[in-house]
Amino acid sequence: MDLTSLTIDGARSAVQERKTSAFAMVKAHYAKIERDDAKIGAFLTFSKDRALAKAEEMDALAAKGEELPPLGGVPVAIKDVMVTRGVRSTAGSKILGNYIPPYDCTAVARLEAAGAMVLGKTNCDEFAMGSSNENSAWKPVHNPRDLSRVPGGSSGGSAAAVAADMAVAALGSDTGGSIRQPASFCGVVGLMPTYGRVSRYGLIAFASSLDHIGPLTKTVRDAAIVLRATAGRDPMDSTSADVPVPDYVAELEKPVRGLKIGVAKEYFGEGLDGEVRKAIEAAIQKLASFGCEIVDVSLPHTKYAIPTYYIVATAEASANLARFDGVRYGYRAAGARTLSDMYRRSRDEGFGAEVKRRIMLGTYALSAGYYDAYYLKAQKVRALLARDFDEAFKKVDAIVTPTSPTAAFKLGEKVDDPLAMYLADIYTVTASLAGVPGISIPCGETNDKLPIGMQILGKHFDESTILRVANAYERSRVQ
Amino acid sequence: MKVTEQDVAHVADLANLELTADERARMVRDLNSILGYIDNLNELDTSNVPAMAQVSNRYGVDESKQGSERFAYASREDILEGMRKMLPQEVALANAPDSDGTFFEVPKVIER
Repeated sequence: MDLTSLTIDGARSAVQERKTSAFAMVKAHYAKIERDDAKIGAFLTFSKDRALAKAEEMDALAAKGEELPPLGGVPVAIKDVMVTRGVRSTAGSKILGNYIPPYDCTAVARLEAAGAMVLGKTNCDEFAMGSSNENSAWKPVHNPRDLSRVPGGSSGGSAAAVAADMAVAALGSDTGGSIRQPASFCGVVGLMPTYGRVSRYGLIAFASSLDHIGPLTKTVRDAAIVLRATAGRDPMDSTSADVPVPDYVAELEKPVRGLKIGVAKEYFGEGLDGEVRKAIEAAIQKLASFGCEIVDVSLPHTKYAIPTYYIVATAEASANLARFDGVRYGYRAAGARTLSDMYRRSRDEGFGAEVKRRIMLGTYALSAGYYDAYYLKAQKVRALLARDFDEAFKKVDAIVTPTSPTAAFKLGEKVDDPLAMYLADIYTVTASLAGVPGISIPCGETNDKLPIGMQILGKHFDESTILRVANAYERSRVQ
Repeated sequence: MKVTEQDVAHVADLANLELTADERARMVRDLNSILGYIDNLNELDTSNVPAMAQVSNRYGVDESKQGSERFAYASREDILEGMRKMLPQEVALANAPDSDGTFFEVPKVIER
């Protein structure tokens, strides 16, 4: 049995039935990482003791014949923007290069409580700011499907780790597309839950009104299992919603016949690659063949989503990143003579170019004289974008779009043009701003064998429906 | 050009960044390019649209209540638990670039 090619249920039952051990499962994944990660660059830090301690616990349960928890014996990877007690957490930034958190992110703690074995921390764009993973302060990530191409970002390491069988599942974070776009580029499943569905406690903040934690997995079912384990109210995050968590896994099998699937013309306009368009249109036909009703909808403010996002996100980031001052934790520049000099030099030397660019843009948008013209304006357009979804979801149960206008691009292709890089998020930022959930699932390949992703968006707190549609589509491709 | 070198210097000051001469020149170029695109928002008349600061005021609230009680779901008991309980001084100071074991230490604040 190849221990690194299993799904969550496959890994768990192999350990449960003692065909292998949780210990062997961890070892097999570390061996795979040892062999392949030098050329991919998905991992930054390993948490071997922690993984092996959990493995021992799971093996003891299995030996006694007790039922393993839902992720018992499953090796997982965690994006480095989530803090892990005693395990270095850098957010892909030099400014946190030596940061050893004294506490655990709620989502990580819940995953571990469900039996998951945390292998280590995955590479990402610095503070999750980027669409290609090239903004990591440590090293770029290479797409496992084509090493000359980017894995997407910012959760590029998590997507690549799952795609290359170096972890069964991973947690990522999504602020404007950072789970869905890398999932699309690497050919895996990526789910951004509804805002507030999963606690943000212990997620190093980028833009607090837009940040989400969610899974990157090999299958839709695995995404449902991880969501079920991590979702729900957390008193440590006042924006985590007090809304009941359904059994996403049980709901996967409900029929999709009769569901109304929206298709919005705004997602099929200029800039969409021809091969991607063809794949998404074929997938929509497939959904129609399952008995779904395909309905035209309009999301008229879509073209304003990128400008809105880059004001709202950077404004919030400029406030969130003010905490990095070289006093309580993180990098401090040597030799500063005054406090103010110490702040400036620590931040200058600790932050990378894209992070500084966003702090500057956000500070500018919030500064006296520009607040109304930029920040307030963007908040108003955000309301219009949210309204677009409210109207569309009166008519349909889910909306299908491409995840990204193109398949994975080459490393270096967009690094010198920030605006071109921002436009890579054009189909994902809308749901982030409206707070509705979205999933990206593989739906074919380009002629160059690069994965194409289909995005399915749903109503607030209705992850069940998008998972169900995704599962039906995925099953038809496997058969 | 909307953003000048003086603007960049002023905003860097607000953001506690210094930036090198090269970085400032690059920042002038990048901010103008991005803000030029952001100006597309001015095509929309938003005079009657309420600003949306967050998603979470759209659900979870108890509409039958007034004021902050509408957000009662978001509050918790003010008790010592979790992080509040388990962060002794040596743990809180463990990541500090400079400390004397009791306080965080920083360069002098007041120039003489």
